[in-house]
Amino acid sequence: MNTTLLLVQALNGLQFGILLFLVAAGLTLVFGVMDFINLAHGVQYMLGAYLGATLAALTGSFWWGLLLTLPATLAFGLLLEFLVFRHLYERDHLSQVLATFGVILFLNQGVKAVFGTAPMQMPVPELLSGGVRIMDGLLYPTYRIAILVAGLATAGLLWFLVERTRVGMLVRAGATNAPMVSALGVDIRRLFMLVFGFGAMLAGFAGAMAAPILSVEPGMGDNLLILAFVVIVIGGIGSVRGAFIAALLVGLVETIGRSMMPDLMRLFLDPSAARQAGAAMASMLIYVVMAAILAFRPAGLFPVRR
Amino acid sequence: MADLLLELRNLRKRFGGLTVTDDVSLDLKRGEIHALIGPNGAGKTTLIHQISGTLAPDSGQILFAGTDVTHLRMAKRARMGLARSFQITSIIPSFTARENAALAVQARHGSSFRFFRPANSEAALNEEAMAALTEVGLERRAETPAAALSHGEKRQLELAIALAMQPRVLLLDEPLAGTGAEEAERLMRILGGLRARYAILLIEHDMPAVFALADRISVLAQGRVIAHGTPEVIRADPAVRDAYLGEDEVA
Amino acid sequence: MKRPDVLIALAIFAALAAAPFIGFGQGYSLTLLARAMIFGMAAISLSLLVGGGGLVSLGHAAMLGVGAYAVVVLDHARITEAWMVVPVGIGAAALFALVTGAIAIRTSGVHFIMITLAFGQMAFFTTSSLALYGGDDGYTLYNRLEVFGSRALERGIVFHFTCLGLLIAVWALVRALLHSRFGRVLQAARDNETRARAVGFEPYPYRLAAYVIAGAIGGLSGVLLANAAEFVAPAYLAWQRSGDLLFMVILGGLSGPHGALMGALAFVLIEEWLAKLTEHWRLIFGPLLIFCVFFMRGGIAGLLRRG
Repeated sequence: MNTTLLLVQALNGLQFGILLFLVAAGLTLVFGVMDFINLAHGVQYMLGAYLGATLAALTGSFWWGLLLTLPATLAFGLLLEFLVFRHLYERDHLSQVLATFGVILFLNQGVKAVFGTAPMQMPVPELLSGGVRIMDGLLYPTYRIAILVAGLATAGLLWFLVERTRVGMLVRAGATNAPMVSALGVDIRRLFMLVFGFGAMLAGFAGAMAAPILSVEPGMGDNLLILAFVVIVIGGIGSVRGAFIAALLVGLVETIGRSMMPDLMRLFLDPSAARQAGAAMASMLIYVVMAAILAFRPAGLFPVRR
Repeated sequence: MADLLLELRNLRKRFGGLTVTDDVSLDLKRGEIHALIGPNGAGKTTLIHQISGTLAPDSGQILFAGTDVTHLRMAKRARMGLARSFQITSIIPSFTARENAALAVQARHGSSFRFFRPANSEAALNEEAMAALTEVGLERRAETPAAALSHGEKRQLELAIALAMQPRVLLLDEPLAGTGAEEAERLMRILGGLRARYAILLIEHDMPAVFALADRISVLAQGRVIAHGTPEVIRADPAVRDAYLGEDEVA
Repeated sequence: MKRPDVLIALAIFAALAAAPFIGFGQGYSLTLLARAMIFGMAAISLSLLVGGGGLVSLGHAAMLGVGAYAVVVLDHARITEAWMVVPVGIGAAALFALVTGAIAIRTSGVHFIMITLAFGQMAFFTTSSLALYGGDDGYTLYNRLEVFGSRALERGIVFHFTCLGLLIAVWALVRALLHSRFGRVLQAARDNETRARAVGFEPYPYRLAAYVIAGAIGGLSGVLLANAAEFVAPAYLAWQRSGDLLFMVILGGLSGPHGALMGALAFVLIEEWLAKLTEHWRLIFGPLLIFCVFFMRGGIAGLLRRG
């Protein structure tokens, strides 16, 4: 493996990690503030991709598609909160897991019913097509760099909102001690709704941004959801900073592992066996990392003090 | 020395900047009730937590019947004969009163890795469980789910569970908490009757009860033992009156 | 009658025994019933964890998967004798449960749910990379297991009663466990961990034992599932399958193994019925699940108790 390839994989890993963070951020806040397990967060990502692709096709513009996706996913998140989630805050985790699992079944099938099973495509915008020359012989797609930049900017904005604004202060306090925030006279339900809608919008934004480089298809949110859960568990539930670092870690390990493991295996095995074993090890790597981290730090890397 | 069942040597515990247990040394002999009193926040329950094994002290030693148990886990200490009751009732709500007591009997009666025989039909477990319930006067409620018991009955059950462990030392954290006058009187009679067989460390806010029951009293204030002696000595101690008794002139 | 749960279970077993003779004897019906009974065993084993121990596992499908892939690996090596394959399937799943459980049970609550999910995913990705056994596409078994060299299991009716016999055995085993000393400690630790410790029980070994037993039963269901379908694929281990299993347990109710049994039967039959109705049956199934969570606390067993 040469440095150029490694650099490309590292960039891909970071970019994947950033997308992962946008999904995980909402999940970890909802989890931290409301002690609520939302398996249906992954479908918000899928919806973002579908809405982005559809709206872009309707308006004929990538930018309008992306822009309109934000209020659309926000509205959808609030609708789900109203119809389903708010009735589950007081229930145990088992009920939350099951009911939100029901939401996944419904929405994955709903998307199939509306859009069909064939993958959809969202075109890369004219402005961001082509590549950027990073070093000699390395042309990296401009769009992927744009995702990286947009993701980092969103992460910065999120950091500002959570750390520097009054609402963010309440959210952080809520993650540590929800009854206390209630006692301060804050309408905790409104706060929950706000966090929920915002989280749904972030996931939708990630989905729409990823749409041009992925195939948009039913169930695309499910595997990402599992990785997002891995991220928030590694990062420490409720910690946005933890989610950020863990998301980059998971993104890098996943991407680089996938490209390097087969090569590594080839040192010990014949090529075809190495390819199989390497792919298996790469997919497992992330869970091995998680198990190892939890074995030593059961509350994750950046536990939120309760 | 054989009668010395529990000994605390220079226990210290801090939470952040707050010292909750400050160089506490105490002992407890067979056949006595040693009461621990003090204002709220004096560190009484924290001390019980350290003795029972829920919290680890920062330094100092806990000896149980001459054995150092400072670093043993709670379950291990319980099996050695160190039973505690909780200030806030801690029972298994879905079990009947008898099953709650039988669980405690089971812990010291052979292995619990027995998979096939119904535990409810084990006569040996049930007999001892019933004996413990009878001792606290709860035998008529044996088949009632614990969740359906009245508050006073739950306090009785809490005590019955501790007795069913057939411990050598009982750590009782406010056994009378939240009980009515009649229930309190009944529980006090029971406690008085237990004195002969166990060594009891009693935390209680009900001062008449403490002075009626205790052989010795230690007074805790801000994590430190400020006085120690027979009820008469404590009653007369001016420092105690200052720190504590003076508040409501109960004594 | 003091034991309504036994009556319910016996009634179900009687109905399953009679089914082939009252119009459900064709291949199609028998296949469906076998599937229902196999998921019944898996759901009962999961109910030991969720109901008995308060351990919400979102990775139970992996146990079935390990059992099913044990069949595949042995089939590939031309070993198809039930007395060899079944113990290996059960043993492999129990071993997998022991290793993953030893780590998972150190955690609790949300972390337990997540770590069981993660281990399930590990198993899922492992099976999808096993190119030797078909990878993502799965592996087709040409024959069911032999019993002492006999191919009797190929006959639907024999397979039906084999599954029924094992289902009854699994139900009786889990019911006995929950009423034993072991089950008492497990449930005490579920309800009030501090109290269990205070009387002298460290919950960890009891929970781990329950996890291994549930894994072993899951492995058995996996072996049977592979033989029922004569096909094994990584989809058996997908986390959605673990979600299905949890739904079965909750649909039936947590009050005992009879609840999980009812839940599994109801799940498989409703799924089949809806799938015939419309291609988009999940559009109904999803909301049904939400409805059950909202309005059917206690599951079917709870409804029967009240009704």
